[in-house]
This record gives sequence, structure tokens and C-alpha cells, in this order.
Amino acid sequence: MSILIDRSTRVLVQGLGKAGLFHAKGCQEYGTTIVGAVKPGKGGTTQEGFPLFNTVTEAVAKTGANASMIFVPPAGAADAIMEAADAGIEVIVAITEGIPVLDMSRVMLFLRDKTCHLIGPNCPGIITPGQCKIGIMPGYIHKPGTVGVISRSGTLTYEAVWQLSGLGLGQSTCVGIGGDPIIGTTQIDLLKMFQEDPNTEAILLIGEIGGTAEEQAAAYIQKHVTKPVAAFIAGQTAPPGRRMGHAGAIVSGGSGGAAEKIAALRAAGIFVADSPADLGVTVQKAIATRK
Amino acid sequence: MKIHEYQAKELLAAAGAAVPKGLVVATPEEALQAFDQLGGKPVVIKAQIHAGGRGKGKFAGSNADFGGVKFTTKREDVPKIAEVMLKYPLVTKQTGEEGQKVSKLLIVDAEAKIEREVYVGMVLDRSIGLPIVMACAEGGVDIEEIAAKSPEKILKVPIDPRIGLQPFQARKLAFALGFTGEQAAQAESILMALSRVYLDKDCSLAEINPLGVMSTGEVLAVDAKITFDDNALFRHPEIVQLRDESEENPAEIRAAKANLSYISLTGNIGCLVNGAGLAMSTMDIIKYHGGSPANFLDVGGGVTAEGAIEAFRIILSDSSVKGILVNIFGGIAKCDLIAEALVKAGREVGFRVPVVVRLEGTNVERAREILAAAQKELPTMQTATDLTDAAKKVVAAAK
Repeated sequence: MSILIDRSTRVLVQGLGKAGLFHAKGCQEYGTTIVGAVKPGKGGTTQEGFPLFNTVTEAVAKTGANASMIFVPPAGAADAIMEAADAGIEVIVAITEGIPVLDMSRVMLFLRDKTCHLIGPNCPGIITPGQCKIGIMPGYIHKPGTVGVISRSGTLTYEAVWQLSGLGLGQSTCVGIGGDPIIGTTQIDLLKMFQEDPNTEAILLIGEIGGTAEEQAAAYIQKHVTKPVAAFIAGQTAPPGRRMGHAGAIVSGGSGGAAEKIAALRAAGIFVADSPADLGVTVQKAIATRK
Repeated sequence: MKIHEYQAKELLAAAGAAVPKGLVVATPEEALQAFDQLGGKPVVIKAQIHAGGRGKGKFAGSNADFGGVKFTTKREDVPKIAEVMLKYPLVTKQTGEEGQKVSKLLIVDAEAKIEREVYVGMVLDRSIGLPIVMACAEGGVDIEEIAAKSPEKILKVPIDPRIGLQPFQARKLAFALGFTGEQAAQAESILMALSRVYLDKDCSLAEINPLGVMSTGEVLAVDAKITFDDNALFRHPEIVQLRDESEENPAEIRAAKANLSYISLTGNIGCLVNGAGLAMSTMDIIKYHGGSPANFLDVGGGVTAEGAIEAFRIILSDSSVKGILVNIFGGIAKCDLIAEALVKAGREVGFRVPVVVRLEGTNVERAREILAAAQKELPTMQTATDLTDAAKKVVAAAK
């Protein structure tokens, strides 16, 4: 078991450019079923072995795709997400960084009556180790197991996974939810899924400055999550008013600071790592304490 | 991206908002001409810088008794005030000690007095994923303070970005803010203009503070501040033209040109990291072990020799840097290739301070061999076994 994706997932690529092609191959090598890619005007042909389709709807009809990996550049990414949702894709993973925030605001309104799960944008993707990888993360550092990982970051997630795998703690599913101010699937959505997933025994939540998602997650965990949760918040030393690389990582208007988030998480009984070197051991501690 | 008050007012005026009569000048002579053109009436001279707190600021090195916003009725004082403002850096609570050089002044007709000040602004509410219009009957002050002390005084209206603020919403707000009669209609049209600018130009913040009720009965956008979504600038070449690079940190501009995400900080340990989250965490672990980061720097996923060379140059251009921590997680970008890039960068740039390298991930063993082989050539370089070791070593080295 896992959440959102497994070995039966059939993935379509939107945006088969240089990066899209590179990572489509990487996912395929990992064992992911890539059914093809959408390239308007090139439908019916193939590119490096990938069947091409004019529209997502056509691709879904012909391949049974139920997930999509989006590399479309920022100007067209919102359109690509909506096209995937309209075609009935269940898991839409938007890797693209740099989508205008108002585009995402409009996308979220469009998605309101859809049942899909949008992961991202501006994220490394999602992986169920040993089964399916949709994204740009290095697959081999992951190990199948029972820790669910939720993170707003990319390389910091790899760091966390590296530490977990090194301690013998495999992962059920790792989800990079993205570093933008508006994202699809939230920390709370995933906490709910991991809580319900019988194969997930513990959860690692990696947050960062900006917004109040971690405070909301803390309140949710206190009420609804019985599994051990460990957390880390990046950006304790970030100055207010500056965007720290991620569009969403900004302390503004007196909110979004790391200290408030850490306090909220600790108050909810969550183990918070003080140092990013302790992500793995903090999960270990959370598991040991709960047993 | 930020712009100046006069530019924000021009955008709002073009969208239909009423603003006070004013002229932009760059010399004391032009300031005098502007005073005459405005009819020789009382004026406010406003220094144009991006930072807030101008009114309470000081011109460093001058003996002037005024800040960046100065009212005057006297013709002969206008060039004198302008000269001071254009000569000395303006220090406010937001500029830092060194202050900001002023290159433009806005001369505003101030014959009418402001009788009442109101706040209106538009910003993204992340918790609902929608822009909201915020308004407060008490304007002219720091809205963040009001939000913290008495949040119930702030009115919030979520906006559907597909259709924008609707006239009925603007009317409701105008009446809720206490406007009546003709003034309510004027406030409504300013609110509509605010929403149009925010949505049409992809703003991340658009603020009119204060929205003033004048002694003449007019309602005017007396001061305005606009920030744009950097991710949307690609579709607004007209906004990119409004950029004032003299307002930005030169090292940050240089980094942006090399596709590096760099933010200058006040500590003495430089950081070179791949990925924004890991870069923030690297700053945090330096602090955790008693040091202080000099910068945030994300070189991106694929670390190239060219990127690393430019990154080291930018970090080392900060004279307070006494040590550098390189923290790279090599996933898709393999550690051995990164190690080669770092060694090449070291040869090219020359490490004048201790550089602690922590690599982890794919091909890390091979990477360690490459770094060890280059040790003689780059004597200030050390390698670390893990993240904690790296942080401790660089903090010790920078002391």
C-alpha cells in the first residue's frame, strides 16, 4: 500500500522538452509506466519511443493514463494543469517552477468541482519507492517502507530521505507539495491520506517559512492523526520580507515565521528537529516514543 | 519587483484612480520649475525610494531637520530641500544604516489638506488561494500594526480573479468605510482601479495608504505602493521597464543574471547550496552551531562549474565573509561531477577564506577522492563527513 500512486499508475507527460524528456526516461528507468506524451500537432507520431498525442483527452482514451507529469514552461503550465483535470487525470504532478500566482488562483477555482489531486506546482514530484516515481527526485536513495514524507522542498527532501534510508527507515510514499504560495494538494490532505494508509506507520513533515500551512497542519494532527509525526521547519534564520528562493517562502506582514510554526507543531505533540542533520533520527525518536 | 510611489500612482491613474497633482523631478532646478508649474501653491516634496518609513527617515550626513517627505509653502526653500534630498542617502527603518540614494523627487500639490485617511489594499490570501481587498477606516498608519492589535477593524473581501472586484463589492466597502454621497462614488472608482491594476499587472501587493478625503471634498490616492509577482514579469514588459536597479543589491542583480538565487545577509559565513529548502536549512544549521550566515544562495539543481565560479565570486565579493560552507546534495546531479566543478571553481576564483565542502548523494566516494586530490592545490579547502561536522568546521574556521 501507499498513497496516490503505485505500480498500476499510468503516467502521461505534458511538456516533453529537454527536461521533460530527461526525467521521463529517468522515471521509466525507475519502473514507472510512462504511456506517452502530449505534443499538440504531433499526435500519432513518437519521440524517442514515447507515443505522442494531440490532447490529454485523446491520450487518456488511448492509453488509460491516470496520472500526468507536467514540465510545460510557466506561461502554459496553468493551461496544462486544467487540460489534465478536464481529461479526468487523477493525479496531476506539476513540476514547473515560476507559474504566475494569479494563474494558480484561477486554476484552483477551475479545479473546485474536479476530483483530481494536483501535486505542486514548483515541486520535485511524488514517489512510492520500488513502485512508481513521478518527478525529478533521485529514485535510488529511496527505500520501500513505512514512513510517509510530506515536504515543501526538493533537495531538503532528498536529504531527509537519505537520512531515513541510512537508518533503515524506508518510505511508503514521499510527496513534494511544492514551494509556491498556492499549491494543489496540501499538508492536511496528505496527513489525512497517510493516516488512512495502513502501510504508513509514521509521518515526516518538512515545512518552511511563509504562510500558515504548518500551523493548520499542527491543529489537524492534534485532532486527527494518531501516527507518530516528526517535523522540521526550514528558514529559521531567514530575514522578513525576502523570498528565500521559493516563491512561497517569505515572512510577511508579521506572519509565516519559523518560530510560530515550530511552537504550533511542538504544542501539538509533534517531534520537531532542531537541526536539519537530525531529520532521520527525529523520526526514529517519534516512532520509539509512541510505541 | 518593487516600483516607486510615482510609478504606482501613474498605473493607478491610468486605471481610473484619482491622484493628487504632482510632477517628478531629478534636480533642484526642476523642483523649482515644478513648484511654479503647480501654481506656486504649497507642496509636499517626496523622496522616491522603495523603502517605507520615508517621513520619519533622516538624510545621513546632512544637518537637515526633515525626512523624506517635506511640506513647504516657500518658493525659495524648494531647491534647498531638493538639493539635500538628492545629495544625501535617506535612512529609514527599512533601508539599513547605509540608507538609500535618492534620484527622483515627487513634487505634489498640497494646497488641500487631508481631512481623513483610510487604508485600501489588495494582496494574496494564501489560506484561500485568492486575492483579497483589505480596507480599514483608519489609514495613514502601518496596516500590519492594526492587523496585529485590532484585526476586527480590517475589512476583507475575497476576489474572484477571473472577474475582479465587482462594483457592488466596491460600493459596500466604500459605505462600510464611512464614505457618503459623492465621496462614496469616488472611493468606489478608486477601489475598482486598484483591483484592475492588481489583476491586469499581476501584482503581489497593491496598496493605497492613505486614501485621503481632502478639504476640497475630493477622494484621492495620496500614497501608493505596488509590488509585482516576479513570476509574471515575462508577460509584462511595460512593468519590467519600471525597474530601478539602483534600489537593489548589486550582488543580487549579478546573481539573478547568472540564474542563481542569492540574498545578502549580515553574517560572516557564506553559503553555497543546491535547492532553496536545503539552502535555508544550511543557514539554520550554521546559526544552530553558533555562527551567522552571510547569505542565502541556491545554485539550482544542476551544479555547473560556471555556476559555481560565479557563485563563489559573488559570495567572496562580500568582504565580511570569513568562511564558506558548500552543502550539496547530489541526486540527479552527481557528486563527482559537482566535486570537479568545485575544484575548477577553486582554481579559477582562488579561495581566500576557509571553504568547507559537504557533499552527499550519488557517487559521493568518487567525489571525496577528487576533493582529496585537489587538497594541495586548494589548501583552504576542507571536506566534511556530514552536515553537523560541516557546520561545526565552518563556524570554527570563521571565528
